[in-house]
This record gives sequence, structure tokens and C-alpha cells, in this order.
Amino acid sequence: MTTIRRIKSFIGINFLRLFILLTASFLFLFLYVIFSKGGSVVNWEFLTHSPKRFMTEGGIYPAIVGTFWLTILSIGFALPLGIFTAIFMTNFAKPYWLVRIVRVAINTLAGVPSIIYGLFGLTVFVRLFKFDVSILSGALTLGVLALPVIINASEEAIRSVPKDFRDASLALGATKRQTILRVILPTALPNILTGAIISIGRVAGETAPILFTAATFYTRLLPKSVMDEVMALPYHIYALMTEGAHPAKQVPMAYGTAVVLLALVLLVSTVAIVIRYRIRKKRKW
Amino acid sequence: MNFKDKLFNTITYIASFCTIVFLFGIILSLFFEGLPVFKFTTIKDFIFNKDWYPTMNPPKFGILSLIVGSFVVTLGALAISIPLGLGAAIYTSEIANKKVKEILKPIIELLAGIPSVVYGLFGMAFLSPLLIKVFHLPIGLNAFNASIILGIMVVPIISSISEDSLSTIPQHLREASLALGANKWETIMKVVLPAAKSGVINSIILGFGRAIGETMVVLMVAGGAAQIPNSIFDPIRPMPATVAAEMGETAIGTPHFHALFGIAIILFIITFISILITEFVVMRKRK
Repeated sequence: MTTIRRIKSFIGINFLRLFILLTASFLFLFLYVIFSKGGSVVNWEFLTHSPKRFMTEGGIYPAIVGTFWLTILSIGFALPLGIFTAIFMTNFAKPYWLVRIVRVAINTLAGVPSIIYGLFGLTVFVRLFKFDVSILSGALTLGVLALPVIINASEEAIRSVPKDFRDASLALGATKRQTILRVILPTALPNILTGAIISIGRVAGETAPILFTAATFYTRLLPKSVMDEVMALPYHIYALMTEGAHPAKQVPMAYGTAVVLLALVLLVSTVAIVIRYRIRKKRKW
Repeated sequence: MNFKDKLFNTITYIASFCTIVFLFGIILSLFFEGLPVFKFTTIKDFIFNKDWYPTMNPPKFGILSLIVGSFVVTLGALAISIPLGLGAAIYTSEIANKKVKEILKPIIELLAGIPSVVYGLFGMAFLSPLLIKVFHLPIGLNAFNASIILGIMVVPIISSISEDSLSTIPQHLREASLALGANKWETIMKVVLPAAKSGVINSIILGFGRAIGETMVVLMVAGGAAQIPNSIFDPIRPMPATVAAEMGETAIGTPHFHALFGIAIILFIITFISILITEFVVMRKRK
């Protein structure tokens, strides 16, 4: 009896090990393939020049610039909105039913497929508000997509501030607003920023929401204003793989673009992980 | 309350009201642009007819094969991600020591941060030729390929949420089980997992929602054929891929344009139901 139980346990636990090993080896294979095939493509010229000859030569500079603006503007739009919503969700007596509705709205937004955000952006920002296919339309669409992530991260950050801090501040005669702005937010800020950084990585890599709202396959020009359409790194990978007439030359460039995008996203999320680790170590409560 | 306090309070109300506005904006824009398709077809025909020929004359707007395509890749993805994700969660929370944990968690987080389009590139340029070679297939872009890639994408969702749920199980439950003579494996299977059941179910439903709505991977990797597949190695065209691929080539306001929004309505309803189920699971657990 006991031997059978022991064998079962042995097999079970080693199966778990096998699963972990499979996942990790997939990740390493994936990273190896992308970096080994794309690494040699990436050089200074690739990063700083516009594409030439219908995407078969030149670089991806306009796509880097485009992704930069899309990301910055969308986070700039979503971060304040997200923090204020998180304050609403966490602090002081608010009508329960309202909090509940907002919660359902946030959870639903978090689960809506990214392509539907694209259709929403097309209908509302591109057509209704007449922003056309532009950085502005794309950034707003991406901002709405990032909003639930930012709210959840900020909410968690605010909740992790000990209640004593709040009580002490209120006991000293500070108003709710003063307590939130001068005690709670500064304490929660590093964690909120970690959440914001994670959503930067998410937004920079999204493709479907910008398909019909911001992205263009080929432009040699840099955007002059937020009303211009742009190239973007994720869309550029997709376009190189599915459009154009020279796959043999385009696939290596797609790998190269993927290296740049991955390096960007991994760098950003590593920064977030390191910051969070440091906060947890430094924290005294 | 003085003026500043009131203003601050109002701003928080407005900000959170925005989330509701955005949600309604999404729903309204889908229905506003999607419902007109039913001037050209019936709801029953739209959902249960498998002929999707939107550019033929007269066009045929049956999306059954797209719906089936979506469910095939999603179930295929879950078949991969449930064992891998749940395995990773159980291992990190129950078995791994602290050091291993600190290596595993960032690995899973890195996996979560990889953009879907890069997965799509990997599936197209690396996995597809590999599958052709290994399985002697005519085409490497098919439901199987998309299931593998989607499955890997969903692993971090299932593992992180399941692990959260496993780690909230009180230690004394495990100790009681071990003290009664159960070994580690029996404790996991018969005590810890059942106790964490609702969180695990939640993670699987969220993984389902993620997989069925994922666009870039199925757009690049699934093969794009609007047909009901005979085998897992057939190319298919899931719903999000259809919308993404065809929206760019369709003139605004045409029946085809409205049909694509109609597909998005169906997709939204499916994901919304899955979200409601998770809300329900969470609520029942609270009680």
C-alpha cells in the first residue's frame, strides 16, 4: 500500500517538474530563435534609418518613433484617470452599488479582446470624433485598453498602504483629500509606478487596437503632429510577415524588429520587477 | 468640506464614471455598426450557416465556421495551458523552495510580457516549417500551430491566478493532512487543490477569455481558411482573425463592414459571459 502511494507521489511530483521544464524550455527556445535570427539584423543603421525599397532594406526608425509616441500618450492619458479611479475604489465610504458597478465595468474592460478595442477606436475616435487614422486615435484606444491594468495596479498599491497611516493623518485633522494626496499616494507611488511600467510594456506590444486606428505600413517620414498616422514596431512585424513581395528579405527584418520590440518590453518589465523587489525589501511595515 | 475637497471628490467620481462610459462606448459602437447586418441576413442564418463569402454576389454571411474555428483553437490552447499553467502554479506554491520560486516567478512573468505579434512571428517563421517537417503536413499554418502558440500565451494567466489562490490556502490545512499521514502529493491533490478550486476555475475561465479573443496569433498562424476543420491540422479562420484581416479591405458602411462588427458582437457576448461566470464564482466564494 505505502509503496504504491509513494510511487504515485513520485510520479505526480515529477510530472509537475516536467511541466515546468517544458514551459521554461519553450521560453528559452523562443528567445533563442528570435534573438539568434534577429540579432544579426540589428545594427546602428537598422535603428536610425527609414525603410527603403518597399521594406526590403533600410531600418525601422519611424516605427520606433511611432511606438514611442503611442505609448507615452496612451499612458499619459490612462495613468491619471486610472489613479483617480483607484482612489475612488479604495477610499472612504462610497455607495456600495456604485463601487460594484464600476468594478464590473473594470473587469469587463480587462477581458474585452484587443480587436474589439480596435473596432471601438475606429468607430469612436477615428470616425465619430474625426481624428482619422492618427497617433491621437491610436493612443486613446490603447489608453482605454491600458486603463483596467493601471486601475488594478494602483488599487492594489493603495490598499497595501497600512490603515494606521490614514488614521494617523485623519486624527491630526487632515481632510480626506489631504490624507490621500500627502500620505496615501506618496506611500503607494512606487507600486503605482510599477504597475504603470508594466502597462507600458503591454501597450507597446499591442497590435490589434492600432490596426485601424493609427498604424500605417510604410512611411519614410516621421510624424509631424498627433494627427499623423505612424509606423509602429508591432504592426511593422505583422506587415513584414504578411504584406510586400519579398518575403526572403522581409522575414529577417521582421526578426530584427521583433528583437527591438522584445528588448524594449523585456527591459521595461525587468525594470518594473527590480523596482518592486527593492520596494518590498526596503519596506518597514 | 471646502471647495478643494469637493473638487477632488468630484474628480474621482468623474474618473471612475469614465470606465462605465468606455464600456458603454464599446458596447454601443459594436451594436450600432453590427446590428445593420441583420438587414441582409437573419440572426439564425448568421450564427448557424457555415458559408462565409462576404465578397460574393450575393454575399453570404454565415459565421458558423469562424465560431467553430475559434472554439477549436481555444480548446486546443487550454489543453496545453491547463496542465502547464496549473503544474507551474502547484510546483511554485507547494513544492519549490524559496530560491527556485524566485527564479520561476520572473520566468512566468516574462512569458506574460511577450507581445502577441512576436509569438505570431515565431509561429509563422519557425514553428510552421518545423511542423511541416515533423508531421509531413502540406501546410504548417493551421489549428494545431495556433493552439500551441495560444496555449503558451495562456500559461502565465492560469499559473499566476491559480498560484494566488493556492497561496491563500491556510497552512494548517496542509499540516493537518500531513499529520494524518498523507504524503505531499496526496495533500496537494486531496486537500490543497479542492480548497483552491474556485480560484483555479477562475484562472481557467480567464484563460479561455484571453485565448478566444486573442487576435494577432490566430491572424498570423491559424491559416485563414473559413471552413469547419476535419482535423486539428487543418487551417482555420477564427473570429478575431476574420475581423482583423478583412476590416482593412472593406469599405465603411457596406454589408460586409457591418457583418464584421456582427462577428465582434458575438465575440463580445462570449467573452462577457465568461467574465460574468468569473464574477459569479468570486461572489459565491465570498458567501
